[in-house]
Amino acid sequence: MNKPVTEQQVKTAQKLGFVDCDIHPVQRSPKDLYAYLEQRWREHIENFGGHLCQGLAGQLPFPRMMASGMRADAYPSNGGPPGCDLELMQRQHLDLNGCATGMMICLSRGGMEERNLEFGAALAHAVNDWQIHDWVEKDRRLKAGVVVPQEYPEFAAREIDARAAENAAFRQVIISPRSIEPLGRRKYWPIYEAAARNNLVLGLHPAGNPNGHPSSGTGWGTYYMQEHYTFGTSMIGNVVSLISEGVFERFPGLKVAMIESGFSWAPSLGWRMDKQWQRMRKETPHLKRPPSEYLREHFWFCTQPMEEPENPADIHDVLDWIGWDRLMFSSDYPHWDYDDPDVALNFKMTEEQRSAIMRDNATALYRLS
Amino acid sequence: MKIPFAGAIDCDLHPAVPDVAALMPYLDPFWREHLAERYIDQSPFTLASYAPQLPHAVRHDWRPQKGVPGADLDALRRHALDAFGTRLAIANVLHGAVALFNADMAAALCTAVNKWLAREWLDREPRLRASILVPPQDVDLAVAEIERCASDRRFVQVLLLVMGDRPLGHRTYWPIYRAAEKHGLTIGVHAGSTFRHAPTGSGWPSYHLEDSVLQATAFEDTLVSFLAEGVFQKFPGTKLVLMESGFSWLPTLLWRTNRSWRGVRTEVPWIDRPPADIVRDHVRFTLQPLDVPDADVLNRIMDHVRSDELILFSTDYPHWQFDGDDVLPEGLSDAMLRKILIDNPLATYPRLGAAAVADRTRAAMREELPP
Repeated sequence: MNKPVTEQQVKTAQKLGFVDCDIHPVQRSPKDLYAYLEQRWREHIENFGGHLCQGLAGQLPFPRMMASGMRADAYPSNGGPPGCDLELMQRQHLDLNGCATGMMICLSRGGMEERNLEFGAALAHAVNDWQIHDWVEKDRRLKAGVVVPQEYPEFAAREIDARAAENAAFRQVIISPRSIEPLGRRKYWPIYEAAARNNLVLGLHPAGNPNGHPSSGTGWGTYYMQEHYTFGTSMIGNVVSLISEGVFERFPGLKVAMIESGFSWAPSLGWRMDKQWQRMRKETPHLKRPPSEYLREHFWFCTQPMEEPENPADIHDVLDWIGWDRLMFSSDYPHWDYDDPDVALNFKMTEEQRSAIMRDNATALYRLS
Repeated sequence: MKIPFAGAIDCDLHPAVPDVAALMPYLDPFWREHLAERYIDQSPFTLASYAPQLPHAVRHDWRPQKGVPGADLDALRRHALDAFGTRLAIANVLHGAVALFNADMAAALCTAVNKWLAREWLDREPRLRASILVPPQDVDLAVAEIERCASDRRFVQVLLLVMGDRPLGHRTYWPIYRAAEKHGLTIGVHAGSTFRHAPTGSGWPSYHLEDSVLQATAFEDTLVSFLAEGVFQKFPGTKLVLMESGFSWLPTLLWRTNRSWRGVRTEVPWIDRPPADIVRDHVRFTLQPLDVPDADVLNRIMDHVRSDELILFSTDYPHWQFDGDDVLPEGLSDAMLRKILIDNPLATYPRLGAAAVADRTRAAMREELPP
């Protein structure tokens, strides 16, 4: 399983010049951020470190599969974790596969789950500087996402405004879907207001670090298999919240990219929301249309981990229901469950449909061309 | 559409305990005195998920003049059993005892509910069968209640709520599944929450609408819990019935668990074949509330799940899931309807299947008798 990818022929994905909507760069160590942190926060890292809502320090409570959840061949030979070395990322993924544009999703050390809000803000600010100086300026194929701690909306809105004005490489806003309240709640609206006014997509990617709530309404699971499944179900909670609270009535220009959260659940969710809403619509008079219409209009989805029906052709039903203009390829490089752009979409489709998923849908959403 | 023929088996309807006073004859003197002294006997014991004023809690033309919806046997006969030509129906009492923190009080109330149900409903209406309400707060007490009820063959299932203290596949609950398997009882997991945890991984939503919509995600996480913990390998006789779960989410679950299993199987080595196959062998879903918009989608979902044995007829009486006698979706073949209405329920509940065989034998014997 862990054979290194070295030399291969030019792949079909390369001809397309695909967009990868989920790439994870990471710092070699916290020291990579020191250039972008005040002395106070450098000392804070050394003397206190992060303060999260979980029992284990320095590891996830649901240990990942396979090499700490990474492609074993993505560990750089000169040390550090997978995703810390641009040259290796280029050789293994960007160049090898012919990636035209890569959307960076910076998960760790972005301060999204940090309990100390000012520290979280300092980390987010540093990671945003680091994305530009250490990545975008070295490889223009990479696009950044403004990482902000969602529990500190005042800071988040300021940071979004500043980054949008500073560099056009920032294409979206990244917050943790493991927020303390469901993401539709009023508390978070300043973030959506800032994203909308700067024409930035809201990108939601599952987070490893918990928020104090179990990952499911049924309580804490036991195995990573269960935790992994909640990447979809807990995201559904946030979709329902964003729609039910009227976020899209208030910010009609807001667009949301659902990253690594699945997509085949979306039709079922739309049917269910509409049915319940028919019964209960007086509770949410701020909703002017059936909930499924907000879902259809405001949400985009990423492929990885690619849904694989028992009969591969069944995926056509799902895409017909959610819209062929709504699914975007993602690889999740360098994580263990990485999807290869050449083989991930193993069902029959037209060239036009393949181009839409591999390139055009993301190009339109993120205004890449 | 209407039911095209008589003899359906309704796998989910809800008689209700009118008040604690109705349970008093079935409580021992200690609990009678204790509940009265604390005025707990005046509490409604209504689950928040089914508070009677909620639009889906009771259909408007089934709402009684006074009192709790579902508390009147004659109304249930008229509205549900007679109206749909029902041959057998499984009564699931959604009682608030399961949401208490005091397990002893919960167990006493569950026992009282089961005794009340046997005496005042099952004894008076031969078409009714029932689920055993157990206190999930204390597994030993839950098992004791299963053992107490098991000799009454009219109890066909053990009843649990989908959202409690922990995901239901957890080995904490295994003694319940061991007892159920031993006695030929299915495990019935019903929508509803004790709200031990927020309904989402991101905390508490604002609206009842959200709580209702999110029940399905709790069923998904529960089913993944049963799979990941290996309940179906440990207790191979287990039949799990998800009630008021919907099922249009099932294709996603089958596809995602089949795929993730290939990556995580070293963590859960007891999963010895694709999870979708395990689900098709062990798990069933009640029909109402229907979560598909039309016949075309319904038939596509049926294709996606690759089985016609998964769905069990239910009315969900007195909850409001449909109007008039429009209890079945359009667009299903007669053969499929027969499976949903009769064959699948008989194949799912060992105690119903046995009863059906006994019925047929008796009928055959009657036919053989000279006039």
